[in-house]
Amino acid sequence: MSQSNDHSQSIQERVAAAVRSGAALEIQGSGSKRFLGRTPTGEPLATTEHTGIVNYEPTELVLTARTGTRLAELEQILADAGQMLPFEPPQFGGEGTLGGAIATGLSGPARPFAGAARDLVLGCRLVNGRGEDVHFGGEVMKNVAGYDVSRLQAGALGTLGVLLEVSLKVLPRPEKELALALELDRDDAFRQVSDWQAKGAPVTGSAHDGQRLHLRLSGSALGVDAAREMIGGEAEDLQFWQDLRDHRLPWFQDQAQLWRVALPPGRQLPEQLLHNALLDWNGQQVWLGGEQDFSALHQAARAVGGHARSFRGGDREADVLPSNGGIFQHLHRNIKKAFDPEGILNPGRLYADF
Amino acid sequence: MSAHSVYLEDDCRFEYNREDLVARLGQVLANPEALITNEEALRAYETDGLAAYRQLPVAAVLPDTVEEVQAILRICNELEVPVVARGAGTSLSAGALPHPQGILLSLSRFNRILDVDAERRVARVQPGVRNLAVSEAAAPYGLYYAPDPSSQIACSIGGNVAENAGGVHCLKYGLTIHNVLEVTLVTIDGEVLKIGSEAPDAPGYDMLAAIIGSEGMLGVVVEVAVKLLPEPLTKKVMLAAFPTVEAGGEAVAGIIGDGIIPGGLEMMDNAAIRAAEDFVHAGYPVDAATILICELDGSEAEVAAQCAQVSKLMESYGATEIRIAETPEQAQAFWAGRKAAFPAVGRISPDYYCMDGTIPRKHLSTVLNRMQALSEEYGLRVVNVFHAGDGNLHPLVLYDGNVPGELERTEELGGRILELCVEVGGTVTGEHGVGMEKINQMCAQFSPPELEQFFALKRAFDPKGLLNPGKAIPTLNRCAEFGAMHVHKGELPFPDIERF
Ligand SMILES: Cc1cc2nc3c(=O)[nH]c(=O)nc-3n(C[C@H](O)[C@H](O)[C@H](O)COP(=O)(O)OP(=O)(O)OC[C@H]3O[C@@H](n4cnc5c(N)ncnc54)[C@H](O)[C@@H]3O)c2cc1C
Ligand SMILES: Cc1cc2nc3c(=O)[nH]c(=O)nc-3n(C[C@H](O)[C@H](O)[C@H](O)COP(=O)(O)OP(=O)(O)OC[C@H]3O[C@@H](n4cnc5c(N)ncnc54)[C@H](O)[C@@H]3O)c2cc1C
Repeated sequence: MSQSNDHSQSIQERVAAAVRSGAALEIQGSGSKRFLGRTPTGEPLATTEHTGIVNYEPTELVLTARTGTRLAELEQILADAGQMLPFEPPQFGGEGTLGGAIATGLSGPARPFAGAARDLVLGCRLVNGRGEDVHFGGEVMKNVAGYDVSRLQAGALGTLGVLLEVSLKVLPRPEKELALALELDRDDAFRQVSDWQAKGAPVTGSAHDGQRLHLRLSGSALGVDAAREMIGGEAEDLQFWQDLRDHRLPWFQDQAQLWRVALPPGRQLPEQLLHNALLDWNGQQVWLGGEQDFSALHQAARAVGGHARSFRGGDREADVLPSNGGIFQHLHRNIKKAFDPEGILNPGRLYADF
Repeated sequence: MSAHSVYLEDDCRFEYNREDLVARLGQVLANPEALITNEEALRAYETDGLAAYRQLPVAAVLPDTVEEVQAILRICNELEVPVVARGAGTSLSAGALPHPQGILLSLSRFNRILDVDAERRVARVQPGVRNLAVSEAAAPYGLYYAPDPSSQIACSIGGNVAENAGGVHCLKYGLTIHNVLEVTLVTIDGEVLKIGSEAPDAPGYDMLAAIIGSEGMLGVVVEVAVKLLPEPLTKKVMLAAFPTVEAGGEAVAGIIGDGIIPGGLEMMDNAAIRAAEDFVHAGYPVDAATILICELDGSEAEVAAQCAQVSKLMESYGATEIRIAETPEQAQAFWAGRKAAFPAVGRISPDYYCMDGTIPRKHLSTVLNRMQALSEEYGLRVVNVFHAGDGNLHPLVLYDGNVPGELERTEELGGRILELCVEVGGTVTGEHGVGMEKINQMCAQFSPPELEQFFALKRAFDPKGLLNPGKAIPTLNRCAEFGAMHVHKGELPFPDIERF
């Protein structure tokens, strides 16, 4: 069982001291995602000692834990109760913390079918940039009291607060899982998957490597078996999905630099950009390797309603996210100020100017 | 019933020249009928679904285009005029109540479904489109829009976004926040901004999370892109009777603990069962302490298997009777009593007051028992119908407004029930919003720094505090007492809408 160590007070005091001195803090979980975002600056503030399950009641479908808790441990505790985190966050190093998971907002292959990290956030406790220990949302599924400050933390890279505790919705583990591979052309494949889904196939993964469609089915044994019969294809090792989730497939290892494009359903990048691509999320998450012209890539993504970001490698002193300018950037700056008026929490990690 | 005047002096500190405002609004609206200033016509907007509160605005404006919305907001921003957006006006928390010094900005003319892309399962709609109309437009393609508030035949998508509306199916299919992809917002300074994306995420902060559920306090929604889902292949509805409320509550936990997430899981107590049975004759077991209505969906084989599993579970938790609907008519009959529960209660009491709070389910029997004790303490009956799957309670307090003091006692009891929800780790509002109604209970749920954090976020969008002032987030020096949803002599606002 988990180590229970409540460091809320010392974290809060560290932030309060930083508010007084004006010294920036770099919030650190296990550091497995230090490659993400712009180059971190500031004095390290570690959350890894702040661990333990605060509340977990399987029949409530809710788990609350301190943010330094290792995800591997959380997933084990959930698995022991026959449950899981439905959005399957990528594990990469395997050391990630709950706080890092929510702050990065990354979701795994099941995302288009089971929802994103932010979709499962129900509540959080955080220390804001005024050094205050505050709590939003809660441990219930339905809650519309006040603004949804908890979900706003997902993907904010710790620039709006140091997360102390997070409450997540959890779900039962599927009875059966199965991986399939099929020889199908990219565009046909994704359309096909939508059709199978409409016919009741419990799809929880759909990726294309340029040659083949990889499909994962999870659900009741009955549902999975029926879908298997309808779909055909050949069985594949489920390890494929773990390796995709953790970027451990050989393709990922080969890329010196990695770009990510998010696209609306049924939209695609121009063919010439896809010669070295791996598509997940039924075509909605595109991984591109190697040299790319960021602004050209972003323009191509935007032309079909999506966006691009530099994910790993490359120049991290420059912008890694597209800057949308104008009112968008103005509001982002205002939101940052609302939580962190002195600009002491992970400044410059998300955008250069705040 | 006499109307409450609910705005405090603090919320009414706006100074500008009314004639100037009206003249300038007139200049930017192409259609002269889009500007309403005469009192008779303004009456149509003085209240929303919470009819106890009434307030006339200075003017109502009904723009036709996004450009007009921009122009109106620019004028209000410049002159510092409060703005209250309004969809269909079905809010039960007085969210759309006008401001005495402000304009009421109705989005009712934004009523077009712009696009239904069946292949990509995305619909783009204007904010005034009714919730049910989206599913109706998607139905020919075997698709639907999942969030289904029971007001869905009337309420607007814009209002749903503002309230993060949910329905019977949200345990499994999520709330508005899980089903909206992109929102086009006009900010108080008249800028148009796209938030979210048809893609799975958008760069930067998750502003969609900030906007959804923000009760018209951060901007005006002028377009919404929603996700459509394939219709479930089959549905099966079952009804089970339990000898005690505890047994019913344990059965709910048991079903979920066993790995089943029903499409819908609803509970009614004995008083609600009897009232509903007398009203619609659904054939309910009137001697049961509580009944559960459970809807399972999926493929035919799966639903059959789950049905068997749930039956067994219910039995093991002491169900005295389990029925499974064999025909669509039977399924409808099971639902009919639940759907008619509110009006049915309206028949057995001169007035009732509908609450909305959510609790962690494990505290269900504690909360029901304590509510019973409170009911005795106040000498007022409380009837319970609720979304058992997600712990969202709708206690109905029965009272008679003609008995002096009973209304006040009812309001006090209502407040204590909400505080009880907070005490066990729940919340003062699950789906109706805070609006004007629950602003005082917000003080029980949030500390001063938390409330101040909400205000700071609001200032990021609306620095002058012009959008829906005085609602949703109480100022520290004014955690004042307000009212609630009162139903007098069965005169319901929106009487033709099913009540959940
Ligand atoms: C539910 C879930 C399960 C996962 N399962 C696993 C797993 O089993 N094993 C595994 O290794 N990974 C798992 N992941 C990985 C996840 O996607 C991230 O890779 C990981 O959590 C990053 O954690 P970290 O501590 O290494 O972050 P870091 O690299 O330390 O930090 C990343 C960013 O988050 C910020 N941050 C970190 N902690 C906080 C905090 N408390 N408050 C505010 N900001 C903070 C940092 O400042 C930085 O900007 C899972 C993710 C999720 C969401
Ligand atoms: C009988 C009945 C049953 C109900 N059942 C449910 C239920 O099951 N689940 C549930 O969630 N709710 C329910 N409600 C409450 C209500 O229907 C919902 O809150 C609904 O989402 C409100 O939509 P509306 O269009 O009527 O909004 P309105 O009442 O007009 O406005 C509500 C709020 O939204 C804001 N708003 C409206 N349009 C916009 C816009 N375009 N831009 C910005 N802000 C805007 C308003 O300022 C106000 O704060 C019920 C109501 C009734 C009368």
